Order: sequence, then structure tokens, then C-alpha cells
Amino acid sequence: MAKLAWPGPDRRKNIGARISRLDGPEKTTGTAKYSYDMNREGMLYAKLYQSPHAIAKVTAVDTSEAEAMPGVKGVYIEKDRRGEFPNITYAGDIICAIAATSEEIADEALTKVKVSYSDIGSPQMNDNDPSLISGRDQSKEQGDPDAGFGEADAVSEGTYGLACITHACLESHGQMAEFKDGELYVWPSTQNVSGYAGGLARAAELSADKIHVECQYMGGGFGSKFGADKWGSISTILSKQTAKPVKLMLERDQEHKVAGHRPSAFGTVKIGVKKDGTITAWDSDIWGSGGMGNFRMPPLPYVFTGLPNYRTLGRGIKVNRGAARAWRGPNHPQAALITMCALDDAAHAIGMDSLSFFKKNLHLTDRPEVYAEELDKAAEMIDWKGKWHPRGENTGGSMRSGLGLSIHTWGGGGGQSDCAVTINPDGSVVGRTGTQDLGTGTRTVQAIVLSDTLGLPVDKVRIEIGKNSLPASGASGGSTTVGGVSSSTRDAATQALNALLEKVAPDLGVEADKLEAWDGRIQEIGNPSKGMSWEQACSLLGGMAITKQGSKDTSDGTILTVSGVGGVGIADVTVDIETGMVTINEYAAVQDCGLIIDEKTCESQLYGGTIMGITYALYEETVYDPATGAMLNPDFEFYKIAGLADVGKIKVHLMRGPKYEDRGVVGIGEPAVISQGAAIANAVANAIGVRVPELPLTPDRVLDAISKGGVA
Amino acid sequence: MNAFEYASPTSVDDAVSLLSDSWGETEVLAGGTDLLTLLKQGLTAPRLVVSLSNVKQLSGISKKGGSLEIGATTTLSELVANADVQEHFPALVTAANNIGSTQILNAGTVGGDLLQRPRCWYFRNGFGLFGTHDGEPLVPTGDNRYHAIFGNSGAAKFVNASSLAPGLIALGATLSVQGPGGAREVKASEFYSTPKSENDREYTLKPNEVLTGVSIPMQGLRNGTYEVRQRRGLDWPMVAASVAFEHGGGTVSDARIVLGHVAPVPWFAEKASKELGGKQPNDAALKSASEAAVADATPLSRNGYKVQQLRVAVRRAIEAALA
Repeated sequence: MAKLAWPGPDRRKNIGARISRLDGPEKTTGTAKYSYDMNREGMLYAKLYQSPHAIAKVTAVDTSEAEAMPGVKGVYIEKDRRGEFPNITYAGDIICAIAATSEEIADEALTKVKVSYSDIGSPQMNDNDPSLISGRDQSKEQGDPDAGFGEADAVSEGTYGLACITHACLESHGQMAEFKDGELYVWPSTQNVSGYAGGLARAAELSADKIHVECQYMGGGFGSKFGADKWGSISTILSKQTAKPVKLMLERDQEHKVAGHRPSAFGTVKIGVKKDGTITAWDSDIWGSGGMGNFRMPPLPYVFTGLPNYRTLGRGIKVNRGAARAWRGPNHPQAALITMCALDDAAHAIGMDSLSFFKKNLHLTDRPEVYAEELDKAAEMIDWKGKWHPRGENTGGSMRSGLGLSIHTWGGGGGQSDCAVTINPDGSVVGRTGTQDLGTGTRTVQAIVLSDTLGLPVDKVRIEIGKNSLPASGASGGSTTVGGVSSSTRDAATQALNALLEKVAPDLGVEADKLEAWDGRIQEIGNPSKGMSWEQACSLLGGMAITKQGSKDTSDGTILTVSGVGGVGIADVTVDIETGMVTINEYAAVQDCGLIIDEKTCESQLYGGTIMGITYALYEETVYDPATGAMLNPDFEFYKIAGLADVGKIKVHLMRGPKYEDRGVVGIGEPAVISQGAAIANAVANAIGVRVPELPLTPDRVLDAISKGGVA
Repeated sequence: MNAFEYASPTSVDDAVSLLSDSWGETEVLAGGTDLLTLLKQGLTAPRLVVSLSNVKQLSGISKKGGSLEIGATTTLSELVANADVQEHFPALVTAANNIGSTQILNAGTVGGDLLQRPRCWYFRNGFGLFGTHDGEPLVPTGDNRYHAIFGNSGAAKFVNASSLAPGLIALGATLSVQGPGGAREVKASEFYSTPKSENDREYTLKPNEVLTGVSIPMQGLRNGTYEVRQRRGLDWPMVAASVAFEHGGGTVSDARIVLGHVAPVPWFAEKASKELGGKQPNDAALKSASEAAVADATPLSRNGYKVQQLRVAVRRAIEAALA
């Protein structure tokens, strides 16, 4: 019988190979249909009306003039559970919506909506002033920090922080909704196909089993697309009200304002350190904002959790902006920035090479060996030895180069997933899972696992995902997808194969547990001469296909996915000290990935994560007018995103070999994006000789640090 | 976007005859890279849009006498690909290429670049040209990191967004416009004006006039542009400087230094131009010119960094012109 455990390296044909994503052709030729592309007969377009005020009470909403317009078919007015207009807490809060026969009519109708407000207030937009702190303290202490500082030869103290950013999904949030025969069909852009329907049940006035969800292609979610959201409910309600299909996709400015923010984090860190690089104490005071919601202190000290003596304090500031949502690696980029920059400053305080300092202290982490190997690899990739100079000690002229590093960790164990695999008598194979492919390669990874398990080429199997009628699979968050779907697919495929082997065994005169699927054949293990082709084998099924269901928690308890990885990043930058411009020369990303299913899509995660990381390091921040609370850059013009010309040369390396791969499958979507802010900030400090305290490292911030720091 | 009428005349006369004498009632469409976003964001809601795409004589580049004549609807791609422009006016080639987007170079026009509305984020987000709320100005105490450091004592604190205007002014170009009363010419240096009211525009063009072309004298001036831009792809400069001067190896003469993205109009740096004139263009002269360029800067609360960047841009633009 085929074993559930992952095959050894010599029995992997597709697993770990470089396989192009299966939906590449559809995406590049435009035949892939995203939510925005879904058009239904007789459909309406819905548009949202948002509050221009950040703080106000809505007293009346008059849509009569809008409703009188030809082409306007439906109106939705937001009310809370008590049936009252909601209190406005940020500029952009949703007040009502209009459905019309064209986008243009809906837009024009919005200009005719009259909303009355009372109690218009002044918003609180400053998230970096500790005097504005509200809410309870979050504190943690280990050992005796005061004694630790007493032992130190030097105490390094610095200010660090990073601004609020949005998810900036290229595909905005939204869905197409259509009622048919008393049931609801929706095509949302979602990270949670199997779990989406429940969020619409109330709006649809239907039980979840009568809500059919489909999302085949996704233009990014990054943690912002787990639920049906207010706009999902609105399009559903408008569709029910008008008895027409209704499409509601957020406009770009709306996407920035209402669809999720990464909380900011700022603060001071004090580190005690001995001349030999021993860290004796840590004391941090961090504040930041998750909008009007709660602020969660980033996990500090990050990675170096074995620090003997530390004290941390975290406090939140309420800010009148849209709600915070999980942002790829929630709280880890913040934790990495604060920790790795503070440690880098400590290394500088004792005149130690940053790489040596970090390596000396790896015993304070959960995986010293992994980080040591990764740091050595990244240092080699970036030529640390050849390029390193102590902070600020480089040649004159306006262009100054520098190196910086950071290390990070993440969980990434598989989430709940079920998969049904069917082997048909004609030899065709299909694996079905109610998961979603966010662009990460879920479909491809499942096809690789399914095909390798059955000894077939990838193109001999088919994968169906993206519908909630398929076996349930968890939301794609926390890098849990690949571990979940690879486990459930392996489980289902192994069970189905074993059922097939049982059928074939009598014909071959070999016991089923002595058979294997290899190279397109069912054969005696290691003996191709005693076997038959896959198609012949399947034909023995007669009229009855085999379907087996597998799960992340596998049928015989074999564990195929584990949690916990480490990775490192090293940045090589040049700063024009006259203009404050930062240029990325190279970035080396080295990552422990567990068992790699597809080397190519795995590398793509690191490339994509690095580009996203460079973007928040250098460019991204939400900007608000302090008086009105209006977001000033709800676009891609002044909400800047790195282009290909801005990201330099990205070098990625995946740690391979039994030590890493025998552990099982681990997701790496999040670890791919954690270290860039810290590594780039450290490289800039190394280049110019002073710390630029906050991300993004815009020219004004860099010049400010240079002028205060007296850079020669 | 409001519903509007659309006209596509084949002559400038016909185009002019369709235009209203009040701003906003009618809009002229060339490449559309600015107008379409203004329409979509409801920042303009004309009853009629007049396209120039069928006015064929407005496109193209030709030599006439000692000048190079550039039609207003010539695309930025055509401009940077033109051999005469490349040979004589590197300041314009650099400025146009720095826009950083092939799509905008292909669609955008010379006239459109000169007439584009401010990119000010208060203006673009519905707070008007002067960025006010309930009559109170927002910009002085708001986020003015991209705003003006010159000419900002009045209500207008945005910056002129044109990439080409500083170079054209430095090169002594003349613009041609046509209105109901016929054609007129105006020096590029006198074309722009700071609006006094929300209904004004940022130039002296009248609502019922069409910008038809640009004429640049080919005097053999050395010229160059330097922009400080954060992104290498599509992005707006934080500051820009274009320079043109006569330099045969000895001293500099006829120097004009014009600054972009620092004032509500392209900003002629008169002191700096004088400072550079009559001198050997050595390090000391470049330094004194760049210091003179920023001497009268009046930065707002958040844009002091632009002063330093501008010093550098002026020096590097002169260096580019000398290269």
C-alpha cells in the first residue's frame, strides 16, 4: 500500500521541481475571469456613498432625487442593529449605496444624495504622539532588566517606527451577486471561499447552504479579504431588492479608505550590551494605532525571545481612520523593524560588525543553527565580506553605500482542509477542494502533490477549487494554505490510490502493499516489468470511479505539515546624501521553507514578498489631512508602490536538504515580507552613519536624519 | 463623471468656436491623461468636451527659420524621439523621459503637459485649488510635503506640475494660442500665472483659446534638466531645475535657471541666473548659483527638505548642460 508520508527525494518527480503555475496562460491571455469580469444578464452596478466627515452623526439621508433618475433601480441606506444611522468614525465610512443600470448613472446618482449630519467633530489623526495614548497597557517582563543594564558596557537607545499602510490589493474588494430560483450566487474576491457564505446569510435571508460562492482567480488579499464585508452584504441586499444581479466593486480610493490598514508602531528601545556583543538587557516602550480598534503590541523582543532580561510596554492610540486588518505577517514586520534596528544600533554602539553581532546572539533564538546557515548564505550572496564597512565609514562623495540585515520567523503550519480525489475508469483524475488561489499557486501545488502521489505527470491530473460546493478548506491566512491543501490532497490521493491498488493486485498477482504508482504505471515496487499502465489499471475499475476524501488531519494520523520557519534578509543600498534618495542595489532573501512543493512558486513568494517589503520600506504610507481626517493619497499616484525599476536585483535562496525538507510542508507567504523594512533601514543607517528612525525611508526623512546627525 | 457632449472638430477655428468663455463649461481633450482623471473624480464637469484628435495640423515637429516648431498635440513620445529635439534640447528630453511611464509618454501631449492641472492632493481630493474646508485653509497646517517653497504667501500653495515648462522657459520658447479673435503669441515665461480665485486657472490662456504650439529658438544654448524623483517609474518630481545658457568654453552668458515643482508657476530663479552669468562654470560658480536659487525660499511646515533638494537639482542641471 502507498504510504501517506511524503516520499523521499528519490521518489519525488514533481514535488520540489520547478513547475510553472498552471493558471499562467489564463492570466496572461486575459481569459481568467476575476470578480470584476463577471457580468450577468440584466445586471446593475452598485456604488457606495461615503462620509466626507471623520466624526459626525448622520441625521437624515435623502435619496429621493437620486431615485428619480432614470436608470436608478435600488437604494441601500446603512443602519445599525437598532435601526439607527451609524455614528461616523472616519472619513470614508459608508452611508448608503445606489444600484443603477450603468456605473455612470450610479456615480451621478450619488451626487444627488443629500445627507444631513450633526455633531461634526475634529478627528484625531496623530498616531505617533505618546501623550495621546488610550486603552490599557500591554506589558511583559523577563529576568531583571535593571540588573541587566547595570552589567552593560554600553547602552544603546533609539527611536523606531513604521507608518500605517493599506493592503493595496491590485484587485479591489467586491462581488457580483445574483439570486436565481430562491438561491444566491456570488462571485467575490475572497481569501475564504469555504467560509464566505455565512457572512451573507443575514443579508440574503437564506441559510448558508443556499448561497453559492465562486472565486477562481484573485488579485491579492494579503489578509484583507476574509469576510463578506459590508459591501458584500450591500450588493446582496440590493440584488434581492431589485431582483437583478448586482456588481459592487470598490473604487481605488474606497479600497484605500475602507478595506483595511496595517497598524502603525512607533517607540523607543534601550538595549544594554557588553563589549563582546553579549546583550544584557532590553527595555522598549511602543505605541501605535489600529485605527479606532484595539492596538496589539508587536511581539517584542522579536525572534531573540531568549533575551535574559527584558521589559516591554505597548500602548494604543485611537485614530479616526478605517479599521485595521491582518496584513501579511500581522505584527511581524513591525516587530522585526523595531527589534532588528535596535539590535543593529547596539552592535554599532560597541563597534561590532552587524553580522558578527547577530550571529553571536543566535543562541537567544528558537533556531540558532538555521539562522546561522542562512546568514552565512545571505552574506555570501551579497558579498558581505567584500562590501561591509562600519557605520558611516565609507568613501566621500554624495553616493553612500551600506549593508543591513534582519532575521524573522513565522508559523505557517497547514490549516484545516478537506480534499476529494476521484480516479475515473478512463484514467482521468480530479482533486477537489473548496480552497482559493490568491495568486500564490495553490492550484499548482495541489496538482503537483496529486500527480506525484499517483505517479503521473502534472498535466494528467485536474484540480477544481474556488467553490464552496467543494470539500471545505480553510481561509488563506497565516501562510496556512499550502500545508493544508498539500496534506489533504496527499491523504485523499493516497487513499484513492490504495483503493486502486487493491483492484489491480489480483490481475498482477502481486499483493496490494507490494505495488506502487510510478512513472505512469502501477507496478511491483521497483520492478517495472511487473506492472501495467495507469490507464490499464484504471480500466479495471469497470463502471465505478473511486472517490476518497482526505483531510489536513490525515486518515492515519501521519503529520505532513509543520509550523515554524526562520529566514533572513540582507539589503545593499546606496543613499544620495544630497537628495535623500535611497536606491536598492541588491536584496538577498534566504528562507527555510520546509518541504518545497514547487520551487518556482515558492521562489515567486520570496520575490513578491521582497518587492512588497521594499515598497513599505521606501514608499508606502497613508497620509491624512489632520484637520478633516481626509485621506490625501487614496490612489497609486501619491500612495507609492515600487515599480520594477525601483527594486534592484533580488536574489532568493531556498534552504534545501533533509534537515529542512524532512519536516514537512510549511507556508511561506508571510515570512517572505517581514525582514525587508528592518534590513533596508539598517543598510541606510550603515550607509549614511545615522539612524533614520521611521519607515518609509522617504527623502525628507533621510535628509532630516542626515541634518540632525551631522553627516559629513 | 457627469454626462457631457463630445465634439471632435477638424480645425482649430472650429474647436475655438465650440469653447465657452467661462472655465469649466467646456474642456479641451488632447491625450486625456489628466482630463480623464479630472472628469472621473468630478473635479471638472463640463457640458462639452472638445477633442483635438482630428485637428491634424496641431501634431508634428518641424524646423522653421531658426526655430523648432512643435505642435500642441505632438505626443511626448514623438518629442523625445525627434532628432532635432535630441540634438538641441536635452533639457526637454530629460524632463519628458523622467515622466517615467511609457503609456503616458505615448498618450500624453506637449500641450497637455503644459496645461495640466496641479497634482496637489488637496485639490485632487475635492478641497479646491486652494485647499480649504469651511473657508479655512488646510494646507499651511496640513500635509504640505509636496507643496510650494516659493510664491506661496497667497492662497495658492500648490506647485505647477508641468515637466516641460521649466525647460521651455529656460530656452526662451514662445507659445502660440488661438482664440475667437485670432492667433496670438506669448512668451513661455509669461504664460503662467498664480490663480487669484478658485475659478481661475494656472495660466493666462483664456477659456475659449486653444494652445496650438510651441516655438523654440535654436540658438545653440547649452541646456539640461535635473529632477529629484523618488521612484524611477511613474512619479512626480519633488523638485526640478532646467537651465539654458551660452557657453563656448569661457564664461557663461544668457543664463536662465527655471525651477519646477516648487511654486504655483514655473519659477524663474532670477538671482541664480544672474549669479551664474559672466562666470567660468566651475564648482564655486555652481555652488553660488545653487545657493542663490534657494536664498528666498519660504518653505511650509513639512517641505523644508525641498530646499536642500533644489540646491542639488540646480547644480546637477548645470552640470548636465555642461556635459
